[in-house]
Parts: sequence; structure tokens; C-alpha cells
Amino acid sequence: MNPLPPPGTPGYTQALIADDPIWLTIVKVVAVFALLVFMTLFMIWLERRVVGRMQQRPGPNWNGPFGLLQSLADGLKLAFKEDIRPVLADKAVFFIAPVISTIPAFVAFAVIPLGPEVSIFGERTALQVADLPVGILVVLACSSIGVYGIVLAGWASGSPYPLLGSLRSAAQVISYELALGISIIGVVLYAGSLSTADIVSAQQGGWYIWLLPVSFIVFAISMVGETNRAPFDLPEAESELVGGFHTEYSSLKFALFFLAEYVNMVTLSAVATTLFLGGWMAPWPLSLIPGVNEGWLPVVWFITKMFVFLFVYIWLRGTLPRQRYDQFMRLGWKVLIPVSLVWLIAIAVLRVLRNEFGTISAPVVLMIGAVVIVVAIVVALMLPDRTEDDEDTAEPPVVGNYPVPPLDLTVPSSPPRRRRAVSSGSSKETAAVGTGQKEDA
Amino acid sequence: MTTSIGEAIGFWILGPIALAGGLGMVFARNAVHSALWLVLTMLSLGFLYMVQSAPFLGFTQIIVYTGAIMMLFVFVLMMVGRDASDSVVEVLRGQRVAAAILGVGIAGLLVGAVARSVTASVVGATLPTQNTGGIGLLVFTRYVAALELASALIVVGTLGAVVYTFAGRAKRQTASQRERVVARLQGPLEKYGSRSGPGVFATADSVATPALLPDGSVAPESLSEIIEATARERLGHQTELAHAGDEHDASAHTDHGHRVTGSQA
Repeated sequence: MNPLPPPGTPGYTQALIADDPIWLTIVKVVAVFALLVFMTLFMIWLERRVVGRMQQRPGPNWNGPFGLLQSLADGLKLAFKEDIRPVLADKAVFFIAPVISTIPAFVAFAVIPLGPEVSIFGERTALQVADLPVGILVVLACSSIGVYGIVLAGWASGSPYPLLGSLRSAAQVISYELALGISIIGVVLYAGSLSTADIVSAQQGGWYIWLLPVSFIVFAISMVGETNRAPFDLPEAESELVGGFHTEYSSLKFALFFLAEYVNMVTLSAVATTLFLGGWMAPWPLSLIPGVNEGWLPVVWFITKMFVFLFVYIWLRGTLPRQRYDQFMRLGWKVLIPVSLVWLIAIAVLRVLRNEFGTISAPVVLMIGAVVIVVAIVVALMLPDRTEDDEDTAEPPVVGNYPVPPLDLTVPSSPPRRRRAVSSGSSKETAAVGTGQKEDA
Repeated sequence: MTTSIGEAIGFWILGPIALAGGLGMVFARNAVHSALWLVLTMLSLGFLYMVQSAPFLGFTQIIVYTGAIMMLFVFVLMMVGRDASDSVVEVLRGQRVAAAILGVGIAGLLVGAVARSVTASVVGATLPTQNTGGIGLLVFTRYVAALELASALIVVGTLGAVVYTFAGRAKRQTASQRERVVARLQGPLEKYGSRSGPGVFATADSVATPALLPDGSVAPESLSEIIEATARERLGHQTELAHAGDEHDASAHTDHGHRVTGSQA
């Protein structure tokens, strides 16, 4: 067995996990699985309660304390419902689609470091199922496979609305995964490693949210797009596409899609925490206390940070209306990707400068900043102002308390009298007035 | 060069799966099934790379080929339609012959390359310790010209596709949302519109509420063909329909607040 590299260096966690006995790996896998399923149940409850509060209604409050058992009851009910398969469905693909969408969601969580080195039954290990040298790519790969579930579900259902949903989903993923990947590259540039454990330990000096704010914003936006959550829930837009890709699904298969959506939310929140919020490290004032980043306590910090992201997910859903499809695509291709490309080049240039010339002195930074601001102002001045069209801005005249029509209102001429329909046997009975007309004929 | 046991096991599991994926792609009837078989092949190739201790390459294969390129394929297949079947009519003349020749040629090239790598002793390239860094170093130093050429080709191809797509299409005058709403309200919906005339105090503004003539009967012109009118009971007292040919003295009737659509006095 290779000797362990010293703690804190890249590859330490990897070596630490590599000599886990098999029982420990199994324990970890089961624990992560249980955590994700539990988080799903809890998130459904939390979402309904929080959105309920935002809409000034109680939300589920009947089963268990604070309605906590509601999602458990719903889940059991869902499992016992009849499983319906449409006649036109493609049998094999229809069956396998929910599985494809669920499994990667769970797998991606394996590379998330939940905590530092701990001892479980006398065995030193890290709180992480696996630490690959390319850990963060696992997350991207899993999310790109998981989308197949959604796309295939829509296609295999054999009806138009799910197909539309899956078309949207495919386009959405292709466009938003680019922005997601580019924003991750910024972090990788600074951490110097693709391994999630190394990224966390590289943030000892400061979280990347402060160092790479643009990457963080782009990541946070694409993360919502990637999980199909409001305001980007176009593949299942229930006001446009009935249920979107899962319209034809029922029973356990539908439950799997539900599970996948929430597990994806949890996983991506965990990834965002790992990449930008310092993973399991304690937040600033607490981090001054010695020993706070050791043992099992960091799991608490990790879960807390994760819940911040999860709450924002819920908050967004309770606040923002769904975007129109073309607006969504425009945001992805014309805003997020160019912004993150420019940002990526900027930080790469900064890195090179720092490597070549050592640390940059503060006056140089200020001068560069001043130049950038001046250029931005000049560009802003050169852009033409949007002309305000002043029609329809006149207030309607008000007499007393009643709005009255303007004095120069032209009453439209009467429309030509409608042709009476030649009575046909197939004409449908309409409401009373309509029938009256028919009787009259 | 020897292969470790783990590598051998991985190969003998993943190799047949990849092969099955390829065969399935060729023989599947349905275009989407074909694409899915190809996805299987790509996935197992990715895992093969990982087994051969090239995790970066493996995951990139999965992300790029499975995640992006095959997703584009599936997207296009869905756009074409679920029931679109393959046409057996040869569109390009000599396509089959050309395809056969090129296919045999590529097969020959591949066999030659594989045979050479099997028989000739592999020059022991010194592998960099870090997978990702090694690839990055090679790509941006030694092979930078090839990489730039390939990316230029891709960009030209993309631009060409865009140009072809928009070539025959005149630049549409896109109306703003506001303009469209105004146009719609002044268009076919105008006659059903319930804008009240001067001096009329409206109590109902719905398109579904028919206008009433001075005698309290419903003006047939105000009934929409596409919307079911309000039920008779809800309109209250007299809602008998006016006779079609009748001329009405249609001075403004304020009871239900509708601009009467007959001739204004």
C-alpha cells in the first residue's frame, strides 16, 4: 500500500478513501442514499410549507407534527396507484426512462465531500463515497445522462405534449450545460484540481464566491435551468404542456421522476456549496473557533449551506413567473455564455499575470479597474437611448370619480350583419342564448 | 505490455456491450432506438477509457458525445417526428456505391492502424502523472495548430449551417408584443369587443355577455361564434332573441352596459 501523502495536499483524500474496507464503502453508499431519499421527502414538505407561507396559506399541516409526514403519505399513496401505459407508448423506452433519470441523480452525489477526515469504527476515512481526480466532471456527466430520462420519457409517451416537453428539455440542457461547465472551469483554474475534495481544501483561504462572483452567478442561474425548476421549468410547464414530459406517467414511474427532480436539486445545491461556499468549512465568525472544522461537526455546516440553496430554489418558485421559451434561450445563449466566456478569459489572464510577474500591486489593480470603468462609461454613452414612445401616455379624462371616454372618441361603425348559418344537423348545442338563436332560425 | 486482470475484465464486459450497441444502431428500425444504441456504445467507450486509467478522457467522452452530440441527434430526430420512417429511395446518385467504397476504405485504414499498434512495439511514451494537465499541455503546445484548424473548421461549418438556414428567408418585420395586441383587438375581435360608447356606464365588459337591444332582447350580431355566450338565466329578465330581419332602433341601452351594435342613432 502506498504511503499517505501529508494531510492538506492534493490527493490526500483520494488516498484516504482508497483504502476503505468494503463494508465502509457500503455503509457510506447506503447512508448517502438514505440521506437523499430523506431530503427529497423533507424538501417536498418544506417547499409546500414555504410556498404556502409566501402565498398566505398554511400548507400541509395535518399529518404528523407540522404536517411533516404528509410527503411520506403522498409517496406511499403514489406507489400504490395504478400504473398506466399509453397504447402508443414505446414500451421499452417508456419503462427505462424514469430509471435513467433517477440513477445519475444519486450517482452524482457520490463525489460530494460532506466532511473532513473522521473515524468510523476505528477506520480513518473522509466523509465522501468516492474522490476521483476528475470528480467535478462526474457531476456534469451525470446531469447530461440524467436528461436522457426526461427526453426519452417525452418521446416514448407517444403523445404531443410530452414530446414538446422533451424537445424543450433537450434544447435547454444543451444550452445551459455549456454555461454551467464554463463557470466550473473558473473554479478549477483557481483550485488547480478537478477533485471535489481538493477544491474544498483550496478554499481554506477564502471562499470562491468572493473570488469568482461572476462564475457563481452564472452557475446559480444555470443550476436552476439544469434542474428544470421554476422559473425555468419549461419541460413540464403545467400551464402550457399539461404536465410536460411526465404527462403520461403514473404510479411509481412518476414517483421516480419526482424523486429525480428533488435529488437533482439537492445534488446541485451540494455541488454549488462545494465549489463556491467552501464545502464543509465553517462560515467566517464561527471558523475562528478552533476545532470547528474537525470531526463530524462540519457536516452541519455543509447541510446548512445546502439548505440555503434549497431555500432559494423554493423562493424562486414562489416568486418568479415562468419564462417564455425564447426569453429563456436568449438568456442562455446571448447572456450567460458570452458573460462567462469573457469572465473566464479575464481570470485566465489574471492568473497568467500573477504567475509571470508575481503578485500584482494594489495601484496596478486600481488602474486597471479605472480603465475598465472609463471604457464602460464611454461605451454606455455611445449606446443610443431607448426612445420613449409617448403614445397612450395621456391619462383618460376623469369627471367626478368616473373615467369618461375621451371627447374625440370615434365609435366604430357597425359590423356587417352576420350571415345566418345554414342549419346543419351537426351543430352543437351551446348555451341558452345560442340555442335561442338556433330555435329562431 | 501487459494488461492487468481488472483491465481485462473491464474490456471483456464493455467490449461486447459496445459492439452490441453498434450492431443495434445499424439494425434498429426506429431512428430514435438507433440513436439510443449509439449512446450505449459511446457510454461503454467512455467506461473503457476509465478502466484504462484515463478518467478525464472517459468523462469528457460521456459529457461531450453522450451528453451533447447524441442529445443533438435525438433532438433532431424528435423534430423530424416520431413516426418518420427511413426512406429507401436513393436521393443522391451513386450514394450507395460511394458509401460502400469509403466504408471499405475506412475499415482498411482501421485494421491497418490496429494491426500496426498490435505488432509493432509501442514506443513507451512518458505519461504525465496528472491526466488532465497532461492532455491540456499536449493540446495547447504540441498539437495547437491541429486543434486550431479543427476548431476553425467547426466554426465555419456552424456559420455555414446558419447561413443556409436563413438564406432564403427575408428579414421579417417582427412586431412587438404591444403592436400585436393592438392589431388583434382592431382585427377580428373588434366587433365582439365591448368598448362602451360615450355616456354608457358599463356593468359587464365580457365578450361573452351579449349586447341587448332597446327592447331587452339579445342583439344577434353581438354573439360570438367562438365563445359560448352567458347562459340565459344569468342575464336576468327578458333575453328573447330578436328576429333576424328586424330593424331595431338601437339607441344606447344602458341596462347591461353594452354598446349596441346596431346603427347608432
